Amino acid sequence: MTLPFVLDFTLRTVAIGAAVLGIVSGTLGTYAVLRGQSLLGDAISHAALPGIAVAFLLTGVRSPVVLVLGAAAAGWIGALLVLQISKQTRIPYDASLGLVLSVFFGFGMVLLTFIQRLPSGNQAGLDTFLFGQAAALLPRDVVVMSVLGLIAISATILLWKELKLLAFDREFGASIGLPMRALDVTLTSLLVFAIVIGLQTVGVVLMSAILIAPAAAARQWSDRLGRIVLLAALFGAAAGVTGAVISASTPRLPTGPTIVLCAGAIMLVSLLAAPRRGLLAAHVRSRRSHRNLRELGVLEDMYTLARHHEDPLHPHPAVVLRTMTSGPESVQPGLRGLERRGWARRVDGDLWALTDSGLESAHAEFAAPVAGEAPGVRSLHGGRR
Amino acid sequence: MNGTAIEVRDLTVAYRDTPVLWDVDLDLPAGVLMAIVGPNGAGKTTLIKAILGLVEPAAGLVLVNGSPYRSERRAVAYVPQRGSVDWDFPTSVLDVVMMGMYGRLGWLRRPGKAEREAGMQALEKVAMADFAGRQISQLSGGQQQRVFLARALAQDASIYLMDEPFQGVDATTERAIVVLLQELRSQGNTVAVVHHDLQTVPEYFDWVLLLNVRRIAAGTVAEAFTDENLRATYGGRVPYLRGTSAEPPPEPFRLDRASGLE
Repeated sequence: MTLPFVLDFTLRTVAIGAAVLGIVSGTLGTYAVLRGQSLLGDAISHAALPGIAVAFLLTGVRSPVVLVLGAAAAGWIGALLVLQISKQTRIPYDASLGLVLSVFFGFGMVLLTFIQRLPSGNQAGLDTFLFGQAAALLPRDVVVMSVLGLIAISATILLWKELKLLAFDREFGASIGLPMRALDVTLTSLLVFAIVIGLQTVGVVLMSAILIAPAAAARQWSDRLGRIVLLAALFGAAAGVTGAVISASTPRLPTGPTIVLCAGAIMLVSLLAAPRRGLLAAHVRSRRSHRNLRELGVLEDMYTLARHHEDPLHPHPAVVLRTMTSGPESVQPGLRGLERRGWARRVDGDLWALTDSGLESAHAEFAAPVAGEAPGVRSLHGGRR
Repeated sequence: MNGTAIEVRDLTVAYRDTPVLWDVDLDLPAGVLMAIVGPNGAGKTTLIKAILGLVEPAAGLVLVNGSPYRSERRAVAYVPQRGSVDWDFPTSVLDVVMMGMYGRLGWLRRPGKAEREAGMQALEKVAMADFAGRQISQLSGGQQQRVFLARALAQDASIYLMDEPFQGVDATTERAIVVLLQELRSQGNTVAVVHHDLQTVPEYFDWVLLLNVRRIAAGTVAEAFTDENLRATYGGRVPYLRGTSAEPPPEPFRLDRASGLE
């Protein structure tokens, strides 16, 4: 009787925690991705590890508030270092990211090994911070995560238009008097919040994936910042809850990688299936446009023949049309396409003629080209470019 | 409005050890349309950014309407180079134009109905109203430039600083933009434009600043746009032949008529 209840309770805690982390990561991750700072999140999360270790060494307790504070402080210092190094020195941005990430992470690993050799160290279980351990989430952890998350989301909503301008056109923002540097520091701090929230569940190594993947996936589905942020939060929550629940109910399955796999699946589907930016849609579009162009090419040739004939609807053999094209491909698919449109008809055997509507369309398309517009543009895109 | 719109005194700007602007002076009278010309690396963009307080000068002073820029922000509109932003950013044309009003809106307030209407008016002036809901990545170069112009118009300023508004724009749109700039001037506004085509300077502008790290000359086109000054600016290799454009300038196009030709 008690076991299912305990399990349910644990699972509920895990699910709520993972949802919070997914929502906050999705939201802040959107800004990181749009600003081309996806890997700043990676540097911050790796840089947080020594902070966790130092916080434990100083206090000797494994309380979430203490560890989160340590992680946030170290992550923040790491982010600041990255920005300062690339600004003050000639070391490029990606190199300073790599520097901070590896040096901080290395230092964190040394401290972690040291802690594990301490008599009290084994109980600390700080190594779960590497790949995350959702099952270890306690209600008090979730409370800390939710409070931080609420602060981060509220700040994003309150500073909506300022952050949008920061991401889109920083210099213009500065020219109208917005404190862009302060906004940048604020946004980076919010990113630190998002990362710190996820550290215990996802772990420092893979935390950046849960920032990047939901945001990149959401970008596939919409062209509006508001919708992208909402979708990214939703995707993040879905990946977080699914991954955390799977790993918490399966022994010895680290949570971080499981969540990241779920986020990766969402990313993959979005990459392929999104209506406008998806790969499938792009493929279909390009196939359709090729077919269209081929049909229009045949139509133009038929129109040329029609203009040199007393009866514009007089049929001509497909062989003649074939000689008018320079490409290797057959004119048959084009003719059949025009037939489907009702613009051409097969008179007899290999003889083809324009229909009335075909002649009309050909006339509209080719008789008086509008300056600056290639033939076929109108029928290809219905007047839109 | 009379007097000096922009006053620059002894302005020196350096990136690391290299001076980009050296001891530049400028008195831009209100109500003129000025071209800023000079070779690549002459500091044209830097001058505009220094006036806007976007780069820290090593020395010198900039006054806008007689006061520091900080207190005259509302009087100045800015058109950055088109290439300075990511045009795949998820936002619409009208959204970008309304960014011109963020300064006036202040913190915490979102653009509402009034801002949307003002934004649409600005878009109509550049014949882009039909594109209001369009995602900005679907625009051509000339359309992007017109969106940036509309954003500056939405700032409702009296001084307009534009960094290469003709870059990547076809001849028809360029003329339409020129007409718009001349309208702004005839309404008493001051417009300064970084410009590359020396041929069109006398036709488009009434003032000119020749810049090559130092100020070579500034004044009305008749005074300042001389062979001697051009040689001094471009180091003898003047990419411009005088006296070849004897025919009268062609009829200016209007944006609303030209819009279909993008």
